[in-house]
This record gives sequence, structure tokens and C-alpha cells, in this order.
Amino acid sequence: MNFPILSAIIFIPLIGAIFVFLTRGNLKNTEKNSKYVAIFSTLVNFFLSLHLWYSFDKTTSNFQFVEKREWIDGFINFQLGVDGISILFILLTTFIAPICVFSGISSIKFKIKEFLIAILLMETLMLGVFCSLDLVIFYLFFEGGLIPMFLIIGIWGGPKRVYSAFKFFLFTLLGSVLMLIAIISIYWITGTTDVIKLLDFKIPHEYQYLLWLAFFSSFAVKMPMWPVHTWLPDAHVEAPTPGSVILAAILLKMAGYGFIRFSLGLFPVASDYFTYLIFTLSVIAIVYTSLVALMQDDMKKLIAYSSVAHMGFVTIGIFSLTKQGLEGSIVQMISHGFISAALFLCVGVLYDRFQSRMISSYGGLVHIMPKYALIFMVFSLAALGLPGTSGFVGEFLILIGVFQVSIIVTVLASLGIILAAAYMLWLYRRVVFGRIANSDLKNMKDLNKTELYILSSLVILVIFFGIYPDPLFKTVDISINNLIENYKMNLDFHLVQKGS
Amino acid sequence: MQTIIYIFPELFLSFSIMSILMIGVFVKKSFKLVNFLTIAALIFTIALVLNQHNETIKIFKDSYIIDNFSTLMKTITLLFCILILFSSKEYVKINNIDKIEYPIIILTSVLGMILMISSYDLIIFYLGLELQSLSLYILASFKRENERSTEAGLKYFVLSALATGLLLYGSSLIYGFTGSTNFEIISQNLVTNNIGAVFGIVFIIIGLAFKVSAVPFHMWTPDVYEGAPTSVTSFFAIVPKIAAIAVFIRFMYVPFLNVIDQWQTIIIFISVASMILGATAAIGQKNIKRLMAYSSIGHMGYALAGLAPGTNVGIQSTIIYLIIYLVMNLGAFGCIFMMKRENTFCENINDLSGMSKNHPMLALSFLIILFSLAGIPPLAGFFAKFYIFMAVIKSEMYILAILGLLTTVISAFYYLRIIKIIYFDKPKKPFELNYDWGLKISLILSSVLVLIYFIYPSLLVDLVSSIKII
Repeated sequence: MNFPILSAIIFIPLIGAIFVFLTRGNLKNTEKNSKYVAIFSTLVNFFLSLHLWYSFDKTTSNFQFVEKREWIDGFINFQLGVDGISILFILLTTFIAPICVFSGISSIKFKIKEFLIAILLMETLMLGVFCSLDLVIFYLFFEGGLIPMFLIIGIWGGPKRVYSAFKFFLFTLLGSVLMLIAIISIYWITGTTDVIKLLDFKIPHEYQYLLWLAFFSSFAVKMPMWPVHTWLPDAHVEAPTPGSVILAAILLKMAGYGFIRFSLGLFPVASDYFTYLIFTLSVIAIVYTSLVALMQDDMKKLIAYSSVAHMGFVTIGIFSLTKQGLEGSIVQMISHGFISAALFLCVGVLYDRFQSRMISSYGGLVHIMPKYALIFMVFSLAALGLPGTSGFVGEFLILIGVFQVSIIVTVLASLGIILAAAYMLWLYRRVVFGRIANSDLKNMKDLNKTELYILSSLVILVIFFGIYPDPLFKTVDISINNLIENYKMNLDFHLVQKGS
Repeated sequence: MQTIIYIFPELFLSFSIMSILMIGVFVKKSFKLVNFLTIAALIFTIALVLNQHNETIKIFKDSYIIDNFSTLMKTITLLFCILILFSSKEYVKINNIDKIEYPIIILTSVLGMILMISSYDLIIFYLGLELQSLSLYILASFKRENERSTEAGLKYFVLSALATGLLLYGSSLIYGFTGSTNFEIISQNLVTNNIGAVFGIVFIIIGLAFKVSAVPFHMWTPDVYEGAPTSVTSFFAIVPKIAAIAVFIRFMYVPFLNVIDQWQTIIIFISVASMILGATAAIGQKNIKRLMAYSSIGHMGYALAGLAPGTNVGIQSTIIYLIIYLVMNLGAFGCIFMMKRENTFCENINDLSGMSKNHPMLALSFLIILFSLAGIPPLAGFFAKFYIFMAVIKSEMYILAILGLLTTVISAFYYLRIIKIIYFDKPKKPFELNYDWGLKISLILSSVLVLIYFIYPSLLVDLVSSIKII
């Protein structure tokens, strides 16, 4: 048997977490050691996943690097594997994790060791979500993420952290328990929870509607879709910067991944049936949350609402079921992972220096922090989808995809791009330009080296994938083609069955 | 005479109770010795129980059964009794309940439980039940100079006596309408819907539901849990539940199996009501023992849900749930035994405030146990619920499954509230940690088992897979 690279990728952060947990000695030493362990394990993981990408066969849509181990006798196997869709999310996760570690080291003031453990655990669980090819394992990782995230928000969060942590936990849990029922039902209907087998299995269409809704309830909360998005602004605002980064960059993508892998793959009839439900909710989300974002005083809240709007694009793209739409949503998710992470880091930079997230506390930063102003500009423009940034590629493709399905949805969704320009540019103007709002601001230092490196790496990626998104498409192309083909075939099969 | 060999564990236990009592009476200041002998007797009894043959044996004119199921349940009972005795040692000493009667009464109640678990006849069952209950009444009021403890004992006695009376009445109805007290003969004679026997079944279910503290017969639980000394509360929350669930399983699936359509809805109702009450009533509690009482009511609701489908898978899931519940509760009470300041034990949840700062490891194990009680993956509590709902959904009882899982969300709230107090609130004065090794072992055992259960979840599945009651 080959080297179990997926298990390695999943469990390296866990092993790192155990090491951090076991570090002993005086406070200074343990903190130093745990920082090194965390940085080391996340970086090793990142390079390992790059290797995974390199050795990934882009000419087949089959699952690769499949690992299978018996887990619960004769009924659930611990099965891992990646295809073109999930590998990108794995890369995103392993790329964001070291950023979170670096940002945590510079911005977290107490209990750093515990914080790093939580981040590393979070990485393990998120990677598990993207790698698992068994519904029960998927659920285990999907839900397990609640525990470290709850603690990250609750222990290191802002003043209203308890409320936000509870809201986050209970909302997500409520959505997910229905998915658990659906998973168990699938087991009794089909006799397996093995995703590879299930993708070939045609679940009888009369079951599909309820099962789809159960999965939807979980993913809709996580995504988050209107009207269950309300936990997100609270959680984002109160979470410490690295927590917000994880939330926005990866946690939300788990739902998008879930929609593509499970809702489309397992329940084509229901997905077809509920397409317009998704479209309606997404369009409302795009327009409504963009308008809400326009009126925020709090920078983090503004970015949180803009995340909801961007995720609205993603769901539209997924359920347009066109090649452009689906590939667009994957690129959009990846690019939103970079951009939202970067924006939260930018807010974090200000918050670390001035302890305020209010837009009104700032102004004229361009005079004090020129490097910061430049980098913040790149990300603001990327967030509004300026051509040449990765934000543009995703949104544009999604709109092309949806255009083939429904013109009204396309028109309404495009409103979101205009509104995005409005709120992002206005935010940028108020924070960076204008008069210096407060004389205390003058003492603020520009970006330090760590911050500069982190943010510029993100700038490079955002612009690189904006100009040359081809590596992304090459990776997902075959898997998406196969997905759509399977979907269409499945749908026809069920239509014939329904007719007869 | 040949059959005596099969009840050797029971005989040994009764013999040791009597001899330990004599030693306790005649040797002065003998609590330590008695405690030691009690634990030794329990360990030896486990060995005897495990040493029995694997096949099913019925003795004394089929009124006493020894099978896989009874062996497993007896072993768990004895094992957890030992762990409770270990972990409450310090508490017992500080609260002046270190009288020789204490371990001896626990032993007698355990003997009663073992008789219940193996009973295959209404009369034997009733004898075991009475022996157990009478010992438990005394235990509840063991701190006799304390008003609350006496009140708890009295309340428990009155209500329990009522429930036992109903149960006895139910048994007499069953006997009247089926002509036998033997489980197997009852089962053969109870094929058609016999209205009188159905009344009997309902009364018996009431009695059993009282013993497992399921809604609507749960009223005694919060008061007794709160009033009784914590060492007794932890005993109440863990050990008698095993026997009660075992007897519940035995009753429903041996004598009453053929009339399952008559009692299935009752079980579903009891189960759902317990889940809902356990989840909602615990939210406002300030006393941690009271909270654990409501939590145990809720958990019993889930355990009973596994009995509703009427399948072997259901029974097995109930047993798995029970075992995981016991492990989690052992840990939770272990943490409660640690809450000591100035030589008194705290019971208020707010006393835990900011514990993570002063006692990080203790806080961590409490955190693991609480998340597990809430049923969050990948901890053991999740698997317990998972198996239950596997069984429930297999029988297409979707409403039960949905209600059950929604109540987990509600109940997650109060477990999270404790975690919030431990981790998010401002620290108070540190506890005087209790470094008693017995307590430490059971606390570490429980939290580590709960944490790493996901690595090899087949463990319990294999253990119970040989149990086939039907």
C-alpha cells in the first residue's frame, strides 16, 4: 500500500496539537515551543498538500488516493479520497491554516498555547470534511468543528462573545441534526454510507425531497443563506481575527462543498425540483445583505454581510447546473477564501493597533500607513469583483452560467456586484482617505514584517488567479464534467421512472 | 444441588455482606477495613460472574436466568459500584458519612440489583427490587442529621413505595390473567389483547419508569439528587439505572413481547416526554446536582427510545447508550467531587466560574465530558445517540428521531452554559483539589474513554452483539 498521504494531511495538525498540549515548562518556553510546533506542522501540511496537488492525476474524475479502513465492523468504513473538487479546498485549508497561526501568534494576548491547539484541531476537522468519502465520517468532522470554534469565539472573542458563541453553536447544531437523520435514513434505504457507492446508487425519487431538505437545512445554516445567516455577523464580529479568518475562508466553504458533493450528487431529482427555492433565497441574500452591509458602522460586520452576499453567488452558480456556473462557484469559493481572509486580517491589523472596529474611528490612514492602504485597496477591489482579480473570475463565470438558466436571476444577482462596489468603495474611502479622524491615529505604525508577508502572499494569489485562473480550472474540469453528466443521466433515469 | 453453582456470585455476595457486617460491628473504628472488604468482595464477585458459562441457563424451575445479557449487566453494575466507591472516598470522609453501614448498605442494594437483573419470574424480580429499594431509601437519608438528606430519603420512600405498590398490583393482574409468574409462560399466554393483562402491563411500566426516573414519574429525581449526599447521588445516577434498564428490557422483550403494539406507544411517549423535560427543565437550574438529575432524566429518555422499535438492534443500542451514559456520568460526578473549598463541597454551578484558569486539566476533562453529554461528535456521547437513532430510524419512527435530535439541541444549551461558566467567566477562588487516586483514576478513565472512543467504536458494538433477547 502506498503512503497514506490523505491521513497524513488530516492528522499532522492533530499530532501537532498533541505536541503543543504536551509542552511543559515555564510559560515563556511553552509558548515559544508551541508556536514553533504549530508553525511547523501547518507548514509541513501545506507543502504536503502541494505535493498532493502535484501528484494528483488531472485526467480522471475518479476519486484518488483512496484509503479505506474498517471502522465500525461491517457497517462504516473510514474512507478517504479526493477528486478535482475537494483537492482545491484542501489546498485552501492548508494555505489558510498557517496564516491563522501567524496571525494568532501576533494578535492573541493570552492562552496562546490553548489557542494554537484549537486552531490545529480545527484544521484537522476541516481537512477531514473535505477528504472523507463516507457520510458518517463526513458528519463527524463537520460537526466536530463546532467544539474548537465555540471555544475560539468564546474564550478569545470580543465583549459579546458569549452570545455569539452560543448562537453559532446552536444554529449550526440545529441545522446539522436533521442531516444526521438523513444520513441514517440513507443507510437504511441503500445499505451503505460509502459516498463512492452512493454516487452510483440511484436513491428512489420519493425519498429524495425530504433527504435533500434535511441536508439543505444543515448546509444552508453553514453557508449561510438568508434567512438563517444571522449567526454569521455576530460570530464574525466577536471572534478574534484568526477565528474570523477560519470562519470566512474555510468553514463557509464546507457547506458549498457539501452542496456540490451531496445535494447534487445524491439527490438530482430534488436538486432539480428545489432549484428555484435556492435561486430565490440566494437572490434575496445577495440584494438584502448587500444593502445591510452598506449601512454597517462596524468593519467586521460589513465584511461578514458581504460574505453572505458572495456566498449567495456561490449557491446560484452551483444550482445553475451549468459547467460555467459550477466552475465559477468553485473559483468564487476559493477566491473568497483568500479575499475574506485578507479583509479580516486587514481589519485585525487596525484592531490590534487601535482597539476599534468602528469605521468612524478611522480616516486618512493613507497618510499614516501607506503600505496598508495599498494592500487594503487591492482586497477591496478584489471583493467587489474588479477584472484582474480572482473575485472577478468567479462572479463572471457564475453569471454566465446562470444566464443560460434564468435571465431574471442573472439581472438581480448582478445588482449585487454594483452594491458590492458601493459598500466596499465607501468603506475604503471612509477608512483610508479623508481627514485623519483622530489625532491618536498618528502614532499608528504601518504593517510589520509578518503582516506584510502574510498579506502580500494573499495579494499575489488574488492577482495571480485573477489573471491566470487556469490551474484551478484544469484541476476541477473533469470532475465537474463528470458531475454534470452523472446528474443529467440520473435525472433522466428518474424522469423515465416517474413517467412509467 | 447442581444448580447452586450457578448462583454462586449471589451467594458469595450475600455471605460477604453478612460477614462484613459482623466485622464492622465487632471491630472498632473499622470503616476503612469495611470499605476495603466491600471493594474486595465486589471485585471477587465480578470474577465469579465472568467465570460463568456463556450459554443461557435457567435454574430454580425457570425462575432465574443466567445469560450473556445478565452477565454483562451484572459486571457493569459491580464495576461502576467499585468506581463510585473509589471516587467518593474523600467526600464520604469529609462529610462524616464514613459509618460502617454505608458500604454495607451499598452492597445489599447491589445484591438486590443483581437479583433483579437475573430474575425470570415476577416473584424473584419483586424480591430483588425490594431489597434494592429499601437499601436505597436508607442511602438517600444517610446523612441523618441533615434536614435535606432526610427529606430526600422520605420523599423517595413515599413515592417509590407508591410506584412499587403499582408494580405489585400490575404483577398480580398479570398473574391473574395469564396464570403464571414465570416470564416465559406469561409470554406464551399473552398472545391476544387481553384487556386485564394490558392494565397489568401499564402498571408495571409505571413502576419501572419510576425506577429509571422517566417522565411523568420523575418527580422524585431532582429533589433526591439534590438532597442526598453527593456520594449517594452519584451512586443513584449510575448504578441503579443499570438494573432498572436491564429489567425494563427483560420485561418488555420476554413476557410482553407478543403484545408489543399495546405498549409501544407508551414507551414512545415516556421516552419523548423524558427527552423534552430533561432538556427544558435543566436550563434554569443553579445547583449542579439538580442539573445532573434533569440531565439523567433526558438521557433515560434516549435510552428508552431504543426500546421502542422492538428489535434486537434497538436493545443493543440501548445497552450501548447506557454504558456510555454511565462512563460520562462517572466523569461528571468525578468533577463534582473535586469542587471543594474550605472543606465544604460546592454545589452551585457558579462556583465553577473561571475554573479553566485555576485548574486547566480538570476544566478540560469537564469540558470533554460536557460536550460528550451534549452528544457532539467525535466524542462518545455522539455515538451513543447515533446507535439509538440508527435503531429508531430503521423502524421508520421518524417523528421520534426528529424530536429526539431536536431536544439534543435544546439540551446542548445547558451543557454549553456550564462550559461557558468554566471557560468564559472570571475566575473565582481556586478549589482545594482532591488528589485522592481513586477519584483521579475514575475521572481520567472517564474523560479519556469518552475522548478516544471514536478511534475504535466497534468496541461496544462487539460487546453487545452477542446479546439477543428476542
